Amino acid sequence: MTDPIIKFDKVGKSYGSLKVLDGLDFEVKRGEKVTIIGPSGSGKSTVLRVLMTLETINDGVVYVGNEPLWHEQRNGTLVPAGEEHLRKMRRQLGMVFQQFNLFPHMTVRRNIAEAPVKVLGLSRQDANQRADELLEMVGLADQAHKYPHQLSGGQQQRVGIARALAMRPKVMLFDEPTSALDPELVGEVLNVIARLASEHDLTMLLVTHEMRFAREVSDRVCFFDKGQMKEQGTPDELFTAPKEQRTRDFLKAVLNG
Amino acid sequence: MLFGFEWDTSSELAFAWSILPILLIGLWVTVQATVLGFVVALVLGLILAVLKGAPSRLISWPANVLCEFIRDTPLLIQLFFLYYVLPEYGLVLPAFMTGALALGLQYSAYTSEVYRAGLQAIGRDQREAARALNFPSAHTFTHVLLPQAIPRIIPAMGNYLVSIMKDVPVLSVVTVLEMLNVAKIIGDRTFDYMVPLSMVGGLYLIMTLVASAGVRLLDTRLPKQGLPLK
Repeated sequence: MTDPIIKFDKVGKSYGSLKVLDGLDFEVKRGEKVTIIGPSGSGKSTVLRVLMTLETINDGVVYVGNEPLWHEQRNGTLVPAGEEHLRKMRRQLGMVFQQFNLFPHMTVRRNIAEAPVKVLGLSRQDANQRADELLEMVGLADQAHKYPHQLSGGQQQRVGIARALAMRPKVMLFDEPTSALDPELVGEVLNVIARLASEHDLTMLLVTHEMRFAREVSDRVCFFDKGQMKEQGTPDELFTAPKEQRTRDFLKAVLNG
Repeated sequence: MLFGFEWDTSSELAFAWSILPILLIGLWVTVQATVLGFVVALVLGLILAVLKGAPSRLISWPANVLCEFIRDTPLLIQLFFLYYVLPEYGLVLPAFMTGALALGLQYSAYTSEVYRAGLQAIGRDQREAARALNFPSAHTFTHVLLPQAIPRIIPAMGNYLVSIMKDVPVLSVVTVLEMLNVAKIIGDRTFDYMVPLSMVGGLYLIMTLVASAGVRLLDTRLPKQGLPLK
């Protein structure tokens, strides 16, 4: 846990006049498990989407592993990155989506094995083996030949986690992974994420509304509001003794609601 | 006599029966022109759809103009152009090939819109997942977007298949002996147009009904979530 693997340096992003990220400074250390909480529109999901290169930024620099994500060095200055640089940088990141975003026409196994074959150049056989191991890990070993619509939401999201892990990313991004699930299916997904957090030195960045879960798995919790990080601390610090009034209001609202 | 078949004008029924084989020869030409034209329209339409959706205006703009041009000029003009003008530049194709090509070209402008609508109907989530997994964009297109678009566009493509079939008689102006042309020749020689033309109408109805049924069958057979990849 030395240098940051992720660093936002005065990052700004806006849609027209709406500022989603407002001069954001934010760091995640290697191997750290960080949860971002905050009201909707606070920019917390945008942080993940910017990291996954699904959204561009307007201002500042984002670093992943000491290299600018959205920029390239050219003649000593930073210029907007080309697709080749983005492809290289993206390899370090994996993302789990709120709506799972599985490919509906591919079997569960193919969903997981497709990228290792096409992007990492694994043989179909090796990729399938990797997929089966991951399915075993998320408790879906017997579902490899099914299609996503034949699975429950919780099972689909566990496939989503396996699919991202198959690329062996250094950083895993979880964008409200349980928000689209029926309440009784939330647990199985959180269990998988918790096990990942405890067994791997993977860096994890999680956006969630599951406060109790955030408390259990995170090294650090960050409270976002209006495109800025308003407060951060260990789960104990932030949940039991928040310093900022805004954080207290938010926690009171979500914990009682 | 046509294609070696004599007609029997002793009664209407005997006449109809005797010219049926002749009309069926024409029908076979019509079917071939339809299939070839449709295949051209499917392939060219896909290429046009890709070009129209290209991020660079330098590519998308000419493709859009071309489509608009093809759509807004009559099939007959395009057919004449291919048939009479291209040979001046040394490109001589048989009448049948020219006709099928003209049909395919005309309909590619329409099918390209169908492809585009089908591709746009796929949620942003699929593109984002493909991007997050670092798929090459060609792979995203061929393995993520297209397999999901195809089941959705089958009904619209089926309509164009039937339209192409009904436009085949246009090829008669460049001497293609498709079914209507054959019927007209029989009428010219026997002075009886009623029987051959009615038969052409009936045979057309059967052809389009069969084609529509085939399309519907395909539509119900294909999984709605996309062509399966195991």
